[in-house]
Amino acid sequence: METREHLLHRLQAIQRQFRHIPPQAMQQAATDYQLPLSQVAAVVAFYSFFSTQPRGRFDILFSNCTSCGYLVEGENLLQILCRQLQTVPGKTRADDLVSIDETSCIGMCDHGASMLVNGIPITGLNLEKLARIAQRVTDAIPVQHWPVEWFAIVDTVHRRDLLLAKHPVPGSALRQAFSQGAGETLAIIRRSGLRGRGGAGFDTGKKWQLSRDTSGNTRYVVCNADEGEPGTFKDRLLLHEYAEELFEGMTLCAFIIGATQGFIYLRGEYRYLLPQLQSALKRRRSRGLLGARILKQRNFDFDIAIVVGAGAYICGEESALIESLEGKPGIPRIRPPFPVTHGYLGQPTVVNNVETFIAAAHITVHGADWFKAAGTTASAGTKILSVSGDCGKPGIYEYPFGVTIRQVLDDCAAVAAQAVQIGGPSGALLGPAAFDRTLAFDDVSTGGSVLVFGQQHDLLTIHRNFARFFAHESCGFCTPCRVGTQLLQNTLDNIAAGRGATADIEELQQLGKIVQRQSHCGLGHTAANHVLDSLRQFPQVFPNRMRSPFTARFDLDQALASTRRITRQNDAAAHLDQHK
Amino acid sequence: MTTDHQFKRKIKIATTSLAGCFGCHMSFLDMDERLADLLKQVELDRSPLTDIKHCGPCDIGLIEGGVCNAENVQVLREFRAHCATLVAVGACAINGGVPAMRNYFNVQECLEEVYLRGSGITNPQIPNDPELPLLLDKVYPVSEVVHIDYFLPGCPPSADAFLQLLQPLLAGQKPVVSPSRLHYD
Amino acid sequence: MIAGTNTIYIDGQEIPFTPGQTVMDAALAASVYIPHLCHYPGLPPSGNCRLCMVETGGRNVAACIAQAAAGQEIRNNTPELNAARMAITQMLFVEGNHICPSCEKTGNCKLQAMAYHLGMLDQHFSQFYQHRDIDASHPDIALDRSRCILCDLCVRASRDIDRKNVFAIAGRGIDAHLIVNSASGKLADTPIAATDLAATICPVGAILIKEQGYRVPIGQRIYDRRTICETGLQEHIAQQRRDQ
Ligand SMILES: Cc1cc2nc3c(=O)[nH]c(=O)nc-3n(C[C@H](O)[C@H](O)[C@H](O)COP(=O)(O)O)c2cc1C
Ligand code: SF4
Ligand code: SF4
Ligand code: SF4
Repeated sequence: METREHLLHRLQAIQRQFRHIPPQAMQQAATDYQLPLSQVAAVVAFYSFFSTQPRGRFDILFSNCTSCGYLVEGENLLQILCRQLQTVPGKTRADDLVSIDETSCIGMCDHGASMLVNGIPITGLNLEKLARIAQRVTDAIPVQHWPVEWFAIVDTVHRRDLLLAKHPVPGSALRQAFSQGAGETLAIIRRSGLRGRGGAGFDTGKKWQLSRDTSGNTRYVVCNADEGEPGTFKDRLLLHEYAEELFEGMTLCAFIIGATQGFIYLRGEYRYLLPQLQSALKRRRSRGLLGARILKQRNFDFDIAIVVGAGAYICGEESALIESLEGKPGIPRIRPPFPVTHGYLGQPTVVNNVETFIAAAHITVHGADWFKAAGTTASAGTKILSVSGDCGKPGIYEYPFGVTIRQVLDDCAAVAAQAVQIGGPSGALLGPAAFDRTLAFDDVSTGGSVLVFGQQHDLLTIHRNFARFFAHESCGFCTPCRVGTQLLQNTLDNIAAGRGATADIEELQQLGKIVQRQSHCGLGHTAANHVLDSLRQFPQVFPNRMRSPFTARFDLDQALASTRRITRQNDAAAHLDQHK
Repeated sequence: MTTDHQFKRKIKIATTSLAGCFGCHMSFLDMDERLADLLKQVELDRSPLTDIKHCGPCDIGLIEGGVCNAENVQVLREFRAHCATLVAVGACAINGGVPAMRNYFNVQECLEEVYLRGSGITNPQIPNDPELPLLLDKVYPVSEVVHIDYFLPGCPPSADAFLQLLQPLLAGQKPVVSPSRLHYD
Repeated sequence: MIAGTNTIYIDGQEIPFTPGQTVMDAALAASVYIPHLCHYPGLPPSGNCRLCMVETGGRNVAACIAQAAAGQEIRNNTPELNAARMAITQMLFVEGNHICPSCEKTGNCKLQAMAYHLGMLDQHFSQFYQHRDIDASHPDIALDRSRCILCDLCVRASRDIDRKNVFAIAGRGIDAHLIVNSASGKLADTPIAATDLAATICPVGAILIKEQGYRVPIGQRIYDRRTICETGLQEHIAQQRRDQ
């Protein structure tokens, strides 16, 4: 077990106490952790939930996701709350009472517009609720005294299959594994055809085998519960209601590869799940399912610690996640070597998604054939989907692989969808012509997010939202992604502002390809997908906005605003027409 | 095939200096005796060298300097409207150059420093005569305001570089700047 | 023996390598130039600038961090890769504020030399106009972040060679910036010295040694005389140290 508090946890505590990380606290952390001050400063600067300027006593962060974001039926909830509380986005009000800003998707997509208040989610925002929140903030009523029902997050599961239908008896997978041995259990997992559920779809059995076969002083099991892909919230459900199976799957993995320490890297947005996860871990320890000599196995000690992230989508990338576990900024490593051989602290490390571990636990109990009976040849088993957007029944759906997009759309009561984004912004944007395609690793692959866009949606707005997400979440390490994602955002914003030029189509295409092909990690490789998909399938989205072959690349008249004010001139000569 | 007729008509060139120092123009004149040859094929329209005030239809426009005020925008647009081929000449036209160093400050700070706080000022006030063109918030590259066909880097581009640009253009060909001539300083 | 258990092919040319070498190491040792800015032989590679992207097996990989593998066919000097390199160079230009005529590094600058090498005539993308802090606190060394390309060379040099850990890169995405490891955040409060590798390795005019400005006149500087493809083949930390 880790004895010292994790650096991220120390900084989170400081942030909570002082509402920012003061310089002395950074210095103290550097001393205590024997780190260069610059490393602590780099960590503080990297994660969104740390700040060097004090935030408000009520620190409000609106999700800006297309599903749980603050734009609701033409209203901008963020602006409205700012007006009600007489403050501006991103700035702490002078009296320190409140700060309001936005943050990337907080995983409440099935609950409508949502926010974090001092780190705790409130969902289903509307004008009326906003007014009541504003009142409580103004009256400085502590968040603990706000109506409890505001904080209730109800998981709606519309379709259950292999993993969601029944809970296995805690310990049953472990007992099975102990009785048949680690080798045989691994063989069963390999035979089941289980592939990673986090997006990339790597063969899980093979990953465990590789780690088992690598020499190392010790080994680690890491559960990737960072779930940062906008529109994904299935791990939220799993962590909430299926944590037992998750722990079981991780322990199973530890038994197979020979690990003694596991970590769950929980995204900061899901901190509200922490107490419950901690008590579930405690319960397992008391039942002998975790800790020393698990189920009285003489040579098997294993425990799980939870590390809470601090707002960085890139930390879902496994090597960035490991960097973060090591208390550093989440910058993806050079791969190879891969984490299976050189992971946490340089030791062999298995990183898997929440759902993958749960599937492994089930497979151990029910067998490979049980699992393979569902799904397709290349994609065995089921996939848990998070469905949201313009549909009547948002929520969780578990389908066998091979289900068509059309089926999913019918089941979730999506009427006349214009497009769906499968796998979140980094996935694929598909129009009606592709609705008969199937969800499977060899067709449309997904980590679980399905965003539905009805006819009323303007696709350019969606693209701008996604582009902004990637520019904001790019770790900044490599040039094509750091600069390219920003250029994509700027180009789309320009088009939306009426400054698009016909040459921008070609520009988006070229730029998109460079970001996709030349970047260092998966974030950059996928950041332009949505634009490239759209140029192929919805070619009218962009040209419709373009007035001429060329327009000035910035707002000409706005560029004169300062001098108009300074010289107090405002006649015709003091203005410029953008489109002359 | 080139016809006699095309040979006879002189190629019309217009030039201007926006937010520049006229250094590019001086360098253009550095072509010295080669200018004489050039002028056999070329006729100058609007240019600081001719004092013609407005641009007529031209084959080639050469722009020195970046875009720092409203008048620059208008002149640049006039050039774009009248010149078949528009060339950004020199570092300032291409990326703002030395005048763009004011972009480190906002325009208010710049004006206050120059007209209110600077040394030797007798009657401190920021000029606001309507005759004076309004400053833009920043100094911009010309390519952010109009479409540019070719770029000739250098601060200034050498006379040889000018020649290397103009000769193919006069012959109706695409100019290529040879890497050995490429300089941003 | 069939051509090489330990051979790779770069643009068809056979190149020997020793196991463990990267594609970049092998190429440089064989005097084959692969464009690079964030790599300096003798320092651990980083892979951040992405100029050394080469194509192999239908994928693009960074030559400075990709291990050479027997029989590997690599495409390096192709129009597509060079076009991507140009775009990346232009990205670096617009991200910072590069006013070469007013920069002491001009003529000695690798970003500029790379742009010359690739035939860059303009910046293509719109300028970002970022405001970035200058640090003039140190008596001998100036830091102008406006020209920093976040190549991480000074970070690695200071950490791995000088053993002073003076620099780090902080912040995400376009907010990424160079920070200095001292309570004040200023260079004057660090042990850096003008003779440190970290003070001299900067490929651009972000870290400059004071009181040496324009000793070599413009027109007679490194890249006025040679190209980056020539100098890029001859660099090594050990050599750099000896020259100091
Ligand atoms: C930018 C980026 C973000 C990612 N986010 C997640 C995530 O939130 N959860 C996850 O399980 N995998 C995520 N991944 C994939 C992981 O890198 C890794 O492949 C996965 O955790 C392996 O687990 P699996 O094999 O069980 O899917 C992400 C990858 C990238 C490139
Ligand atoms: S692709 Fe983006 S997120 Fe990935 S390393 Fe490069 S900058 Fe960071
Ligand atoms: S650092 Fe290089 S590219 Fe930048 S201004 Fe200086 S000389 Fe030019
Ligand atoms: S200061 Fe120079 S060496 Fe350091 S990261 Fe910036 S460009 Fe690279």
